[in-house]
Amino acid sequence: MSGTKKMSGAEIFFEALRKENVDTIFGYPGGATIKLYEQLYDVDFLEHILCRHEQGATHMAKGYAIVKGKPGVVLVTSGPGATNTVTGIADAYMDSVPIVVFTGQVPTHLIGNDAFQEADIVGITRPITKHNFLVRSIEELAPTIQKAFYIASSGRPGPVLVDLPKDIIASETVFNYPTKIDIRGYKPQVKGHHNQIKKAAQMIQNAKKPLLYVGGGVIMSDGNKELGVLAKETGIPVTMTLQGLGAYPGTDKQSLGMLGMHGTFAANMAINECDVLIALGARFDDRVTGKIETFSPNSYKIHVDIDPTAIDKNVLVDLPIVGDVKHVIAEIAAEIDKKTDLSDWWNQINAWQNECPLSYEKEDGKLRTEYVIERISEKTKGNAIIVTDVGQHQMWVSQYYKFTNPRSHLTSGGLGTMGFSVPAAIGAAFAEKKRPIISISGDGGFQMNLQELITAAAYKLPIKFIIMNNSFLGMVRQWQELYHAEKYSFTDLGASNPDFVKVGEALGVKSFSTNKMDEVDGLLDKVMKMNDGPTLIEFKVEKEDMVFPMVPSGGSISDIITKRLNPKKMV
Amino acid sequence: MKRTISVLVENTFGAFDRVATMFSGKGFNIDSISIGQTEIEEVSRMTIVTEGNDQILDQVVKQLNRLIDTIKVVDLSKEPKTVRELALVKVNHENHSLQEIKNLADIFRGKVVDINNKTITLEITGPPEKIEAAVNVFLPFGIKEMARSGTVALKRGEQSIPSNKKNKTK
Repeated sequence: MSGTKKMSGAEIFFEALRKENVDTIFGYPGGATIKLYEQLYDVDFLEHILCRHEQGATHMAKGYAIVKGKPGVVLVTSGPGATNTVTGIADAYMDSVPIVVFTGQVPTHLIGNDAFQEADIVGITRPITKHNFLVRSIEELAPTIQKAFYIASSGRPGPVLVDLPKDIIASETVFNYPTKIDIRGYKPQVKGHHNQIKKAAQMIQNAKKPLLYVGGGVIMSDGNKELGVLAKETGIPVTMTLQGLGAYPGTDKQSLGMLGMHGTFAANMAINECDVLIALGARFDDRVTGKIETFSPNSYKIHVDIDPTAIDKNVLVDLPIVGDVKHVIAEIAAEIDKKTDLSDWWNQINAWQNECPLSYEKEDGKLRTEYVIERISEKTKGNAIIVTDVGQHQMWVSQYYKFTNPRSHLTSGGLGTMGFSVPAAIGAAFAEKKRPIISISGDGGFQMNLQELITAAAYKLPIKFIIMNNSFLGMVRQWQELYHAEKYSFTDLGASNPDFVKVGEALGVKSFSTNKMDEVDGLLDKVMKMNDGPTLIEFKVEKEDMVFPMVPSGGSISDIITKRLNPKKMV
Repeated sequence: MKRTISVLVENTFGAFDRVATMFSGKGFNIDSISIGQTEIEEVSRMTIVTEGNDQILDQVVKQLNRLIDTIKVVDLSKEPKTVRELALVKVNHENHSLQEIKNLADIFRGKVVDINNKTITLEITGPPEKIEAAVNVFLPFGIKEMARSGTVALKRGEQSIPSNKKNKTK
């Protein structure tokens, strides 16, 4: 739509969103954006979701973006509205999720004057955005919005922020949306180097102990089908990072589960012993590698990633391939022309699996998080969208929920943001109407964004909110017990926790609670049938359980702890 | 080891800050940084002198490339290049003869750019090592004040860094 008719900045803003096929925005109005909200009143092609806190809006956008596979959009006002988005932006940056955040700004002539509700949000978010913009003239508005969506969703995705001064939104120009986009300093490389790909295929098919190490990049590039083909054609075992879960079915026998600090024993042993390590869209994060010097010491390392900075950042690799993981996996698979017998390798892996499978105490009849997650996994056949918070329950989900689909495991991996689960599940609910959406939090993280239960209730979203209440900040407590002289400093929430059922009910959520193993199935069945609004179950679980196996921070595989050494008495 | 990196950036609001933020955020050192116009109006050139081993420098170059506003990044460390820096040095001459100071400045092809009854200001250009040497010579006289431009550098020969290279990767 272009012509000679002049449009206001507010009209142009929404026309640009229409061009970008935006159907949902998460936001909260304020003084600097009031003109946009005035215009929004007459906009019918998108739904605006009113959050209760701007941090909630950014987590919602991330949840939406992962499930939908396109950028989540946030609209907030200047000053505190903008600064409240910072945690959500940093979170999306660490996990490479495309979100576009529009912030109101004071009028251009007041910028720098310490005006009411002014914050230099472009300066503040510079190190936590893929890119950001301050729109300085009405003519720049439409092209900037186009660039923002393009940068957020291409290459290695990430958050982009666009700061919109109030006077620019009020001024007028002819709407002109560029048909082509060309940013001279930004040309993401999609195709991998052909000779490198050929060499990778050679190394893979001649390996005796190969291992696929799969990260979130495979999911973000929609490369799960190509990965499935490569894995099935070669018979190579697959281990996934926290963000990679769902890229390959957790129910398949070739899946070794997650690797790293709380990964499976077999996955970590396989990393240690493999001769060719194929890293796909993963970044050798410290929670994966532990001590760099002893990480996968004997392997030839192939690393495929769209971001050149990910290569040789933590671990030096032998064969880097820069390109879109989906394309590169398909090309590697096409180059492989023989299948190597991996039965010795599989015998070894199976021996590790039998030596130390994932396990927890069931016989004492006490309610444990692992049991609840196993039951949820069973009941949903690994097909739900699981949105976790941060801490012990997050690791237990990664161990016991057998994801069968990509874009189904939403978690704050890189930043580790407590309070992520409740709002992110809401974002997911606007992206997916058919599959069940289950938010799982600990009692600590749940309290960090519980105001968004109001949003879930207002929009009658059929989300199942689950609280694994162990009355502790469990993961910190675990470290305190293991490494900090059992000084349980400020991690015991037991005395101050609210009545979660009353909280839920007060905010419009049908809420239940139990501490009994034999009530788990009944309650889960009950809430799975209640789909006219949100529901909540508080599971009062064992207080002092720990997540195992555990490779201590900065440790090697030889330091792995597989069970509690000195069984303690419960408090 | 000292490294010299030449960076062409869009001459836009905040481009310099993005580079500085990246260096501090990633914990890389900056010895000197200079920025100025190029032959193309909307492009600026930054010359950054940094320190680190090959792996760190590899990351510096990649991280610079990753910024949307950077058009081209070239590591000039191992290239034949012309390197210059400018220093303005305000030297105390109260207890020394002006001629003595001027003779010393001549050795470094320095110019007198300001003078009064207490101080003399010299302009010295050249590679950073030459500036260092000159500064050391004037230290005993008492340097009242000094300003250095930081290094600028260009590759030798007819080759130039194209500002619209197509296959830049992020």
